Amino acid sequence: MSINVSPAEMRQAYASQVMRRYVMIACVAGLLLLSFVLDVATGPGHYPLSTVLEVFADPMSHGVRLKVIVWDYRLPVAVTAVLVGALLAVAGAQMQTILNNPLAEPFTLGVSAAASFGASLAIVLGFSIVPAVGGLLVTTNAFFFALLTCGFILFATRLKGVGSETMILFGIAIFFTFSALLALMQYMASEDQIARIVFWMMGSLSRASWEKISLGTLLLGVAIPFSLLRTWPMTALRMGEATAESLGVDVARLRVEMLICISLLAATAVSFVGTVGFIGLVGPHIARLLVGEDQRFFVPLSALVGALVLSLTSLISKSITPGIIYPIGIITSLIGVPVFISIILSSRREKLS
Amino acid sequence: MTLTIEHLAAGYGNRTVLSDISVPEIEDGAFVGLIGPNASGKSTLFKTLAGLIPARAGTIRLNDDDVTHMRRRDRSQRFGYMPQAFGCNALLTVFESVLLALKQTSGWRVEAENLDQVSDILAALGLSHLSNRGIADLSGGQAQMVAVAQTLVRAPDVILLDEPTSALDLHHQLSIMTSIKTEVRRHRPVVIAALHDLNLAAKFCDRLILLRDGKILADGTPETILALSEIGETYKVETDLERTTRGALYVDARLSA
Repeated sequence: MSINVSPAEMRQAYASQVMRRYVMIACVAGLLLLSFVLDVATGPGHYPLSTVLEVFADPMSHGVRLKVIVWDYRLPVAVTAVLVGALLAVAGAQMQTILNNPLAEPFTLGVSAAASFGASLAIVLGFSIVPAVGGLLVTTNAFFFALLTCGFILFATRLKGVGSETMILFGIAIFFTFSALLALMQYMASEDQIARIVFWMMGSLSRASWEKISLGTLLLGVAIPFSLLRTWPMTALRMGEATAESLGVDVARLRVEMLICISLLAATAVSFVGTVGFIGLVGPHIARLLVGEDQRFFVPLSALVGALVLSLTSLISKSITPGIIYPIGIITSLIGVPVFISIILSSRREKLS
Repeated sequence: MTLTIEHLAAGYGNRTVLSDISVPEIEDGAFVGLIGPNASGKSTLFKTLAGLIPARAGTIRLNDDDVTHMRRRDRSQRFGYMPQAFGCNALLTVFESVLLALKQTSGWRVEAENLDQVSDILAALGLSHLSNRGIADLSGGQAQMVAVAQTLVRAPDVILLDEPTSALDLHHQLSIMTSIKTEVRRHRPVVIAALHDLNLAAKFCDRLILLRDGKILADGTPETILALSEIGETYKVETDLERTTRGALYVDARLSA
């Protein structure tokens, strides 16, 4: 039984669908703002929200002590959470599209493991890949190895007969290789160094700084327009490679361009905060459930959801035990995973009913 | 717009699939059936025309323009190619998937005109009721109809359909072929469809091209082509061409003894 739908009704249905998507994006943006403000207002020292907001508007309004707490400590952490969440989620979303695999993200493809190894190399041996980086030694090394891994993924996708399942297998291989190398580093390390490596790997926002934030913002500022320009070819790629090619998309070139962009995003995010799995998976996944895969809505919403999740994580990490900030990598996995699984299961039930 | 192919050759790696393919003028508004057994080079010919694989020799002409080495994006605007693969798990509606096909070449913003084009083609192909359905939930036949819509919505000069009816039931085979025929009359593109069903080809096509081992064996009206003994030889069957009581051509085929 086919019900007759007029062209006008089809257009109307599409227009209201688009409107719902804008509303959805606005809602998530609102939640993100709320979470961000709460994140700034929360910390070991208890100050009323109004005081924090006043310091935010006028740094010196409540003296130097509060200026330092809000502007030099809390804000960089809160902004980094939003920024890194967005970077990881956009990287995950794009990886999933170009590799046609919903499991692809910086963590599952071994990028995080490579970054950890790079960091440990700096911590244990003091060995720098890029000369004369001074205080950014650990970050630079992590960045270099993350980028190297992305380069390898790029190379692997160009090989003949490498499908999307093979890509994940490659990721696991990379993951194990770097884990073994990391274990070797830990074996050689002193107790103090081991502690630093472990802390790095747990993922932490406490390494936030305004310099890193500007660099990350700059990258995101380049990456978002870069991917928005390619939204239609990227959406076409979701129809499958053959269909995309038949529609005039140069798939091989699109993959290379996007992977270079993603590599920078992923490597930056991972080198800033250490191992934070799961954001690159959960951000795009929730965004997909909310607005589908028209990349004009999917990519920005992935960024917003990723930012929201990491911002909430930062908030939770400070709220569990007053005075203690837990590493975010632990929180994302312990609290995030059950939430994520329940989302998947409930959306599955909806689809089946 | 007339399509002319002269001495075209193409292949993959060091394997030559097509050699010396020449097709004299195909007039606009012509519905051409490309027939031939599996692996005879039908898909390769489409891919070469669509610019997905480079021509190794020869020329492809639209009117007097040599389009053999035209850039892929520009080419895709003039040659609409529907490949054989469909079905995907993307969370896109039918409307969106047709819209994205249109938007590959018509600017970033979705204009009101674009929505008209999409809804009109969905209505023309009888897909209106599926407009809001997710493409991942479609049956094989429905997905194939959507793929045809994706090709037609771009209103290309040449439409290349690789087995447009392979997943369709009898009703939908006839309805999609009729819709294509209507499109041919309305916008007068050149349509070339690879078809396995010779009776369907006889019913709808104005001209048939028989391909075997990457070469053109015969080119002419359905009546002359289907009566050739080469048909039987090519498909390794025995055939007789008959007329039904309603006057339609009918190819009676059986395995050779």
